[in-house]
Amino acid sequence: MSLLEVKDLRVDLPVEAGMLHAVRGIDFSVDRGEMLCLVGESGCGKSMTSLALMGLLPRRARLTAGRLDFDGTDLTAASERQRSHLRGRRIAMIFQEPMTALNPAYTLGNQLCEAYLRHKLGNRRAARARAIHLLERVGISAAAERLNQYPHQLSGGLRQRVMIAMALMCEPDLIIADEPTTALDVTIQAQILRLLRELQQEFGTAVIFITHDLGVVARIADRVAVMYAGEVIEAAPTAALYANPSHPYTRGLLSCIPAPGKTPPGSRLQAIPGVVPSLVGHVEGCAFRNRCPQAQMTCEQTPPMQALPDDHRARCHFADRLAPAVPQAEMSS
Amino acid sequence: MGIFILRRIIVALSVALTISIISFMLLHLSGDLAASIAGPEATVEQVEQIRVDYGLDRPIINQYLDWLGGALQFDFGRSYYYQSTVVDLIVDRMPITLTLGGLALAIAVCVSIPLGVVAAIRRDTWVDRLALLFAVVGQAMPSFWFGLTLIVVFAVTLQWLPAAGAGNWQNFVLPAIALGYYATPAMMRLTRTGMLEVLESDYIRTARAKGLRAGSVIFKHALRNAVIPVVALAAVELGFMLGGSVVIESVFSLNGLGQLAWDAISRNDYPVVQAVVLIIAMFYIVLTLLADIANAALDPRIRTR
Repeated sequence: MSLLEVKDLRVDLPVEAGMLHAVRGIDFSVDRGEMLCLVGESGCGKSMTSLALMGLLPRRARLTAGRLDFDGTDLTAASERQRSHLRGRRIAMIFQEPMTALNPAYTLGNQLCEAYLRHKLGNRRAARARAIHLLERVGISAAAERLNQYPHQLSGGLRQRVMIAMALMCEPDLIIADEPTTALDVTIQAQILRLLRELQQEFGTAVIFITHDLGVVARIADRVAVMYAGEVIEAAPTAALYANPSHPYTRGLLSCIPAPGKTPPGSRLQAIPGVVPSLVGHVEGCAFRNRCPQAQMTCEQTPPMQALPDDHRARCHFADRLAPAVPQAEMSS
Repeated sequence: MGIFILRRIIVALSVALTISIISFMLLHLSGDLAASIAGPEATVEQVEQIRVDYGLDRPIINQYLDWLGGALQFDFGRSYYYQSTVVDLIVDRMPITLTLGGLALAIAVCVSIPLGVVAAIRRDTWVDRLALLFAVVGQAMPSFWFGLTLIVVFAVTLQWLPAAGAGNWQNFVLPAIALGYYATPAMMRLTRTGMLEVLESDYIRTARAKGLRAGSVIFKHALRNAVIPVVALAAVELGFMLGGSVVIESVFSLNGLGQLAWDAISRNDYPVVQAVVLIIAMFYIVLTLLADIANAALDPRIRTR
């Protein structure tokens, strides 16, 4: 049984112009110890999805789901009390902005130990010891002294390491990492990615890694779900997705990544023409059709999710009929 | 932290010195002191006599240095009007003003901060509207009128509390409420704004993602950051209440510093005026210093700056 099972998850936000359908019926599942990447550009609903899983949606947002099961618990039926016992304890989260995600007024030790003490996993001594252990594990030197420091005394990369240690404090079953490397320098990004992957394998934690960068995905994910306009439009094991991208949007995204040795120096970088459609009000048909080079009359109808070989699914009328993709990016790692 | 406090104290002392110079000069620029002490019917000879008697004929620098030398030893001279030293007068009045100001601030803090927090959490609900109404009324109502209303209701009609005097604690209840209500709206609105801003911040989301209880998220993580600007405002408000409570003091017949200053000004009692101005300035300086220290205790980023 999967650790997390999501079926037909919808998040609607009332806005001035009407109802914004931020997440429009997505399905995915995460197994224990697996790393799933949710990929998509800003506004595709990936952050809303993560907040929905945490139970931290804005109060005005409306959530409906055919199924939202975490380890046998139906999250849609869980009380706020039950959910707060899961949060931090069994589902932890790492956020995008390490510079602002820590409270400036409290020491790192205080903030690290907080969840551990809240979920009654042990006394203060045990919490401190675990915090020191984890800080060392995420590569922070002089961990014991760091506990008495404040967030402003640390660089962005260090703070993100602290956030990772914080997420691991209660040995969660699932970590949701919402663009954890986007705000960091490229060299630090690579370090943090490697660290996350190592820790995930060491602790056997399942991870939902949210990113807009398909280049990141290749390095770390077991499976990938590509999101567009509030839907999962393609999902597959990482190797299968790169070998045979079956949705025109995924192909477009892959061709946007310059490949060393393949993209001639000085050539224009690829971009997908057009903009993401508005998700306010009723959305009919394939949401990508106005940007799609393959679009036809059929695309006025909402395409079903099509099953392809290798546990590969794509939401396109022509997913099984598209010409085999020219390999655009090698698996690099 | 030690160095931080020391630096702030040095700044505070230089501010105090500057204020004493400016207020001394301003007082002497306000006209011929000897003439106004002597009164409108005095002859030229009498004015000149007073000028010599009070040492007003000497260069102003010497006068200031003499005054400063005395002030450093807590000797502000004698009152021209009362038969006592300025220090005795101030020592006599100070407890009344401090009690009134302290109580008023306590009331203002105890009302405005919880109200601001609730208004922020229940934003745009009837609770928030009610808090806004309470603030607008407090801001708009003249404090003397509110004081008189309190007297009419609680002292005259209900006869629960005395209307005037400074005999015991009961005398301070009504004036402290009147003065405290005056300081409440600004502090409450600032708390509300601060809370709204902080509640939107990333670290609150982090705190909630840890599964912390709502109380812990609001009071530990949000309020501590939201209250930082309120501390500075509270210091200024208290300074104002200590120095400028003339209206409330006269409505409730409390003989505090405000009343003393007012009387001294109208009687040309310059040594008293000069001393009260300095004392009130010192109040502000000490309070700002305390606010800075409190903020540094609340926000570690200030300490290392």
